[in-house]
Amino acid sequence: MSSNDSMLKAEGVFKSYRMGATKVKVLKGVDLAVKRGEFVAVVGASGSGKSTLLHILGGLDKPDKGIVRFYGRDLNRFSAGELNRYRNKMVGFVFQFYHLLDELSVLENVYLPAMVSKSIVAWFGYRGPAKKHARQLLDQLSLSDRADHKPYQLSGGERQRVAIGRALMNEPKLLLADEPTGNLDSTTGNGILDALEKLNRAGQTIVMVTHDERIAERAGRIITLADGKIRS
Amino acid sequence: MYKVILAIRYLVKRRITYFAVLAVALCVFIVVVVMTVMIGLVTGFTQKNHSFVGDCVVGTESLVGFPYYEDFADVLKQASFVEAVSPVIKSYVLVTPVGSEHNYGLEMMGIDSALHSMATGFGETLHHHKLDAAKAFAPAYDPNLTGFVVGIDRWLERDSNGRYDHSPSPTRAGLAVTCFPLTAKGALAKAGAGLANTKTFYFSDTSQSGLAKVDSSLIYLPFDEAQLLCMAGSVTRASAIHLKFKPNVRLQSGCEEVASLWRKFKQETAGQSQASLLENVTVQSWKDNRRAFIAPMEKEQTMLTVMFALVGLTTVFIIFVVFYMLISHKSKDIGILKSVGVSNANIMILFWGFALLVGLMGSAIGVLFGCSFLVYINDIEGWLFEHFRFQLWDRTIYAIDDIPNQVELRVVAVIVLSAIVACWVGALVPTWQATRLKPVETLQVSRL
Repeated sequence: MSSNDSMLKAEGVFKSYRMGATKVKVLKGVDLAVKRGEFVAVVGASGSGKSTLLHILGGLDKPDKGIVRFYGRDLNRFSAGELNRYRNKMVGFVFQFYHLLDELSVLENVYLPAMVSKSIVAWFGYRGPAKKHARQLLDQLSLSDRADHKPYQLSGGERQRVAIGRALMNEPKLLLADEPTGNLDSTTGNGILDALEKLNRAGQTIVMVTHDERIAERAGRIITLADGKIRS
Repeated sequence: MYKVILAIRYLVKRRITYFAVLAVALCVFIVVVVMTVMIGLVTGFTQKNHSFVGDCVVGTESLVGFPYYEDFADVLKQASFVEAVSPVIKSYVLVTPVGSEHNYGLEMMGIDSALHSMATGFGETLHHHKLDAAKAFAPAYDPNLTGFVVGIDRWLERDSNGRYDHSPSPTRAGLAVTCFPLTAKGALAKAGAGLANTKTFYFSDTSQSGLAKVDSSLIYLPFDEAQLLCMAGSVTRASAIHLKFKPNVRLQSGCEEVASLWRKFKQETAGQSQASLLENVTVQSWKDNRRAFIAPMEKEQTMLTVMFALVGLTTVFIIFVVFYMLISHKSKDIGILKSVGVSNANIMILFWGFALLVGLMGSAIGVLFGCSFLVYINDIEGWLFEHFRFQLWDRTIYAIDDIPNQVELRVVAVIVLSAIVACWVGALVPTWQATRLKPVETLQVSRL
């Protein structure tokens, strides 16, 4: 597969961490390609390096060795500013533990990436449309009545939907979900997976990591990560 | 915009920041109050010293004095930068109230009350002759008598509120003033029946300079009488000449001009009788002349400033601890912000903005309470004295009417700026650490 066909491509990615005196090799030459519009699930046991791979794909971490290309551009060669813009506009993250800002309301959490993308002056011109878009997202995620609540006033499922709303705010080309149902009961988790499937059907590219193969089956393609390498 | 929103929310929603704001407010409050009072005291004390001696003093420490003072006074009067000139006799006298056998020693200044009022603030210190200082030595009850003016604390007692019990007009009272006249060579001159001159003077007025030592141990006598009492010899002598410069004459340049005139005068007078006494004469600005009195107070102020610098350091440390704790608690937020594309620089700006808010808020509260406290400081002290007999400065000892409470905008601005800088410095290291946090380290329970 050439890089022209892939939105995202990882080639020979290595990553290790130092844990005390021990060096733990997490990724040992991962190759991965994700096409535009795909819903890919990366499955692996706990500690197999799934989250590390996701963070590297999202520009939150850097590989020790190997290349990650986004539309053919090497993330390693991105400047700090370009990497910030990549995380702000091209990628949306959904974390297992939601990671919402408690000081902000639900609506503010959702339009946070839009605020980050604008200067204070520019924000005053953009605030109206941004808020409107955030409210639309909340509406799609059935959270319209929760807009002015604080994250700690919501249930786990609601918080995760807010996190999805935030991830989609800047209409990113790629949605990265790290165990999005890991902290939810099965009914609520299914709701979240339904929402992701719906987004994928609408054309959203998604890479989701999970340890649960039943959840992974909801994706269009399953990749298994074991012993630091892709198995299938 | 998120930086402004988050900085404000961190300030409002995190209880720990209240402690930081409170610490800044307390420091600002204390510094504003103490510095205002201290600056007020020092400024007042300095002004009183200035008023006591005029702008410049040409004089000698020797009790013998120096000759040809009239000639040099004439030279000074012709100088374009000099407004007033007042020759002065300085000595020590023994004072015995008429009808009493008790006596005590006092410092004595012989002055021409009219000239001295023009050269110094003497006229303003008088009680009965404030409007007519020229007649300061003419007792109201009998202007033909030779009067004296005495330091107020030597004559009247103050009540606990610092008020003197002045009678509507001066009451008749005589003092026998005794002095040992000195020859030009510093020897005791034969005077009257023995070695001392004695003359009775009558109470005419009190002088309240606001300087404790002056008001408790100085007696003013008419210049000519003082000269007769203390200085013997064929050539008349004085101890000093006090000068006042014309407005807009700079102190230093004025004093340099006087010194230059004095050098020239000394050269011209060389060889004349007793001219050697001119060698001991110095030209001093009022600041140099009163240095021994002003310097300790200025030193006290400097020490106070150093102590407040230490208070400032404590504030920096408190802010540092608060920010360190806050950023430790907010490491997840930093990871979240970085995951949505916030740069390290903006993380820094966010927390510096937060520090600025803490500084501004703390300073505003501190200044508000500090100024309010200063407005009512004398009422508060009055109330404390009325109910608990507590007085910050015992008015029977210290020559202050009220605690100074004039807030100087410049001082407040410096204090507020220092507080904000202290907050910024306190937040510097934790903020820098915040930017170094890796999002993957803060967002993940398990790194793997």
